[in-house]
Amino acid sequence: MRRSPHEWTVGPRRRGRGPLPGFGPALGFTLAYLGLVVLVPLAVLVLRAARFGAHELIAAVTTPRALAAFGLSFGASLAAAAIDGLVGTLIAWVLARYRFPGRALLDALVDLPFALPTAVAGIALAALYSASGLLGRHLEPLGLQVAFARPGVVLALAFIGLPFVVRTVQPVVGELDAAMEEAAATLGAGRSLILRRVVVPQLLPAILTGAGLAFARGVGEYGSIIFISGNLPNRTEIAPLLIVTKLEQYDYAGAMAIALVMLLAALALLLLANALQRWTLRRAGEELL
Amino acid sequence: MSAQPARAPGPHGVTTESPIVRGLLILTAAALLLVLVGLPLFVVFASALGHGLRAYLSALRSPEASASIRLTLLVVAIAVPANLGFGLAAAWVVGKFRFFGRGLLVTLIDLPLAVSPVVAGLVYVLVFGRQGLLGPWLERHDLHVIFAVPGIVLATIFVTFPIVAREVLPLMEALGSHEEEAALTLGAGGWQTFFRITLPKVRWGVLYGVILCNARAMGEFGAVSVVSGHILGRTNTMPLAVEALYNDYDLVGAFAVASLLTLLAVATLLVKKWIEWRSDAGGRA
Repeated sequence: MRRSPHEWTVGPRRRGRGPLPGFGPALGFTLAYLGLVVLVPLAVLVLRAARFGAHELIAAVTTPRALAAFGLSFGASLAAAAIDGLVGTLIAWVLARYRFPGRALLDALVDLPFALPTAVAGIALAALYSASGLLGRHLEPLGLQVAFARPGVVLALAFIGLPFVVRTVQPVVGELDAAMEEAAATLGAGRSLILRRVVVPQLLPAILTGAGLAFARGVGEYGSIIFISGNLPNRTEIAPLLIVTKLEQYDYAGAMAIALVMLLAALALLLLANALQRWTLRRAGEELL
Repeated sequence: MSAQPARAPGPHGVTTESPIVRGLLILTAAALLLVLVGLPLFVVFASALGHGLRAYLSALRSPEASASIRLTLLVVAIAVPANLGFGLAAAWVVGKFRFFGRGLLVTLIDLPLAVSPVVAGLVYVLVFGRQGLLGPWLERHDLHVIFAVPGIVLATIFVTFPIVAREVLPLMEALGSHEEEAALTLGAGGWQTFFRITLPKVRWGVLYGVILCNARAMGEFGAVSVVSGHILGRTNTMPLAVEALYNDYDLVGAFAVASLLTLLAVATLLVKKWIEWRSDAGGRA
């Protein structure tokens, strides 16, 4: 970034990738920043964890407590992603297809979990669903304990993940070709058959992508859960909280081992999301051809 | 819906649902959204103001709350401009050029969004903490990163790192380079072209990226929680103050600070709506 701007002006002898200047410095800055802030610290985690050896790491992530925490983080995220897949698709459909009073307000509400700090969501949900809370006091007599139990974890994750599904599905609903539905109807199909055979297959990649994003977000989620979950070891303790607990006990090996599993899962989910996106694009491309 | 074939295919029944089904769907969606998302929003303000406006205001003026507000403002004043600079550079490189490893670079930029915030905090402890890679060196020079402001800033930068880049990149790519090329042909300099041509073209994306990055930076909890050390009045950002007050059973205090963060989130969404409206109405014309 120390070069004078004049060196980047277009000139007869400037060589490079296309006519625009600044590729080198901008790439250098991007890579340096990415490396220093993200890649080097993550590499330090991997290298320091590797020093402990496979035996110790595997032992640390296969204790009953760690397995229970992984089970809860992944299981609850899966349940929440499934709920978001259904609820989010319904909301996306209504927002994209129908015009009704209050639509703009509902549309704005969808993004709130994305913008709201997780700790705020956490204490609000805990207050709402605890035994004395606005909803909890009606659910508890029915035998439904949400706060300080596993359903609370699923609920918080469903809250956090909802915008991912709605915002992925909504534009696809908006771009559905009505001609296809009309053609199916002309051929004698009823509305429910059209939905099942024409509409849902077109929405499915977007629904899966959105639910996948919600799942990926949920696995690492911390702030919105710890207030509502009760944090009982082996029962309502999520994997990120176990990292924090191990760190507070100066059990660096244990913290790093669990963090390494979380990091690998995040990488796998990121690659999977990219593949899913390419598949969606390819499907869209095939339809055009 | 079985009664429909008797009617000629019209606007209802063929490409849309009957009015009754439609009404039910709208009501269900509205009810789900209001209970899942609307009620938590309501609870924040109801609990913050539960003991009256006076209690609310004095909770906000408590030393702990005001110290956390000052710290959060300091952190975003560093983290957001840093990520804005990175976001613009990354969007320029990825949006305007084709090169080997471009796809990998985009994936790596997204990486911090996929990593658990707690893991993000942990890696900085491993680098800068007392047991960390640079720990002994930092100790010898009496520099404090972990359990101090620099660590909080770094953790915040990590977590909000891709946000500006992700908002600006698609715009930068979609809007093409013809105008920039024309400006360069007419003798404009590189920076001049960037500030006069490119930046105005993507300004709404940049604005939304900055505002979203700011909201996430102010609200970041997990990563900051790991590196902060929770020193009252010293290293507690607003979300950490919310946690500390909540765990002390000071519900009015916790929800009062939380209400400020909620207002920030609502304001962020309003600006987003305004930007969408601007770029739909005016930007294209």
